[in-house]
Amino acid sequence: MSNSNPLPLKRQGEQSSDDGASAIKPSRLKIAIPSEDSDKKNANRRLKDVEICVPIVYGTIAFYLGRKASESQSHKWTVYVRGASNEDLGVVVKRVVFQLHPSFNNPTRVVESPPFELSECGWGEFEIAITLYFHSDVCEKQLDLYHHLKLYPEDESGPQSTKKPVVVESYNEIVFPEPSEVFLARVQNHPAVNVPRLPAGLNLPSPVPSDTVNDKERGDTKDHLLTQWFLNFSEADELLKLAAARQQVQAHIVKLRRQLSLVEGLPQLSKPPSGYECT
Amino acid sequence: MDAKDILGLPKNSFPSLEKKSRPPKESQRKPDGISREVYALTGGLASLMPAIEASQLKKKPLPLEKITWQWLPFTSSARKDNLHLYHWVRVINGVPPTGDYSFAKYNKSVDVIKYTDEEYDKYLSDPTWTKEETDQLFDLCERFDLRFIVIADRFPSSRTVEELKDRYYSVSRAILIARAPSSGDVVAHSIVKEPYNVAQEMERKRALSMVLSQTRQQERRDEEVLVEAKKIAEKRLPPKVAGQSQFVASNAGAEAIERAVPGETVSPSNVQLPMVAPDNASTLASLRMFDREIFQLRVYLRTYALEQMVQAGNASAGLRTIKRVEQTLQDLGVNLKPRVPTKAVCAEHLELRKEILTWLNLQKQVQYKEAEGSSFRDGSYGETPGTPKHLHRGGDQDRTFIPDSMNFGVERVGKKDQKRKAPGAPSAHKRPRKLKASDL
Repeated sequence: MSNSNPLPLKRQGEQSSDDGASAIKPSRLKIAIPSEDSDKKNANRRLKDVEICVPIVYGTIAFYLGRKASESQSHKWTVYVRGASNEDLGVVVKRVVFQLHPSFNNPTRVVESPPFELSECGWGEFEIAITLYFHSDVCEKQLDLYHHLKLYPEDESGPQSTKKPVVVESYNEIVFPEPSEVFLARVQNHPAVNVPRLPAGLNLPSPVPSDTVNDKERGDTKDHLLTQWFLNFSEADELLKLAAARQQVQAHIVKLRRQLSLVEGLPQLSKPPSGYECT
Repeated sequence: MDAKDILGLPKNSFPSLEKKSRPPKESQRKPDGISREVYALTGGLASLMPAIEASQLKKKPLPLEKITWQWLPFTSSARKDNLHLYHWVRVINGVPPTGDYSFAKYNKSVDVIKYTDEEYDKYLSDPTWTKEETDQLFDLCERFDLRFIVIADRFPSSRTVEELKDRYYSVSRAILIARAPSSGDVVAHSIVKEPYNVAQEMERKRALSMVLSQTRQQERRDEEVLVEAKKIAEKRLPPKVAGQSQFVASNAGAEAIERAVPGETVSPSNVQLPMVAPDNASTLASLRMFDREIFQLRVYLRTYALEQMVQAGNASAGLRTIKRVEQTLQDLGVNLKPRVPTKAVCAEHLELRKEILTWLNLQKQVQYKEAEGSSFRDGSYGETPGTPKHLHRGGDQDRTFIPDSMNFGVERVGKKDQKRKAPGAPSAHKRPRKLKASDL
């Protein structure tokens, strides 16, 4: 459903036959002839001083197959890209391409709709290349991520457990500087996207209507089978650590500056005795 | 034995004769040097062979040639006056060498074209040249074999070398073309094929003269210009490469600066403000440069921006300092790369790195100042026996210094004793103390 959003814009653009001189900025969209309507003009404009941020988590979960395990099929693993809060990424990401090891059948796997995940069976660990393709109004450029598949746990105490998987996840944020107005209008109220306060006086076009309920139900990973194994990434904990470290460093700096001022003050004291010696 | 049987010698029937024949065989073998088998096959005929060979060997040595040097006259066909000159000649077996002088073959002359009066009137008339001048030019060309530098020197009028060359070659070319039965025959001739270019020759000589008369300063300037040209050419390459690369760069941007500034103003005391200002200026400049690079990117990852910022900050620091910063981060229990790289976390991380750098720089300054000020501390230490007010100040100073270095205490005691002994007079002791007290 989310894929159909940009289509109406293209059709409307094609129907218009207005003069090209009316365009304020050259359009990155495929619309050849921009129209006089304010909505269509806004579609071509990019907003400065606005930055859209999409927190994501990508990684793998691997289960040991136990008795069912064979020499070449010892683990069942899943690689995925999810929202940091398990929200639907389909509003931003159009499709995800997972590049597996060449030994797999059809090593290039494409996932066209959320949830963006891929499950496989295997025995070896390797690097998985993940390429994110965005919708046309978001960004024409693709984004590459790299993740190393891990099947065997770090602590090798005891046999492998079939109930507790090996989870490796990475947190990151996709940043879109100067997003298009259409993109901003479409996602400004979406939970998967962080939008800063908009400058006053900014008039956004009305968002294109879409089946939000269906998208959320289908795309988000809140009720996913693997949700219980997802790791928690707490920004507050990280900030606390950094704040504590900064306090320690600042205390050291204050101490050294006092010491430095004291040392610098000493040379003045030595002048009188030297003068006295001369006389 | 077999050989004798084949030859049918009768000696074989008597065994006593066989015994007698053995000694002469052995004696004959030695001088000849022939192998036993060959000698056995030939029998008595062997004595004739060496005699022939010996005679041949004697005949081989030929008489040696007698070489002498003689002072003999010679003539050269290159000359027309039949001059007789003398030189030393190598004579072999009394036979002097014959033939012409060996260097006469190098007497070459250029085949200069000659024209008739009719041909001149028909093809060679030129308003800038007279017939007399042209005739004189061609005479000189024939006489000096086209050495135009010499010809120009001998030419009566003040014409340049280029002008003389141009006249000579154009006349020769015209004559060749006129005399040829068909145009195809002369095309291959060098004078016709490659006409003389006066303008090009003059320009070439002018440029060469400029280069040869160039001063060293001008040479250096030219080299500098070339170096700058190379740099400009190199600069044009990177943007193409950058465009081709698909790496996504990220940037904490100006907002990070906005966040950092209030944090700095709040957390440090007023004393620290002037120290922080210059750092902000440099970081702001680097951030602006970085922003321009990131501005072109449409999408990037937060971790990439953080890495770029860290590298920008490390650019000004040395490798040792970078390692010390990272070691300090680990000691503080902070990850070198944040686990949750949000915007706020990245900004805090960068600020922490900057403060650690400031801390390390202050440590260096304090150590440097302490090393300089070690001699002055004796003076301050001497103040302690002064008035009660000064006692308090002295106490504070001692507290701050003692934990840093214990060795200084020992040195102070030693130097103090020396100072007391040196003046000797008790009145001298009192006077410096009072002066110090008044200054303080």
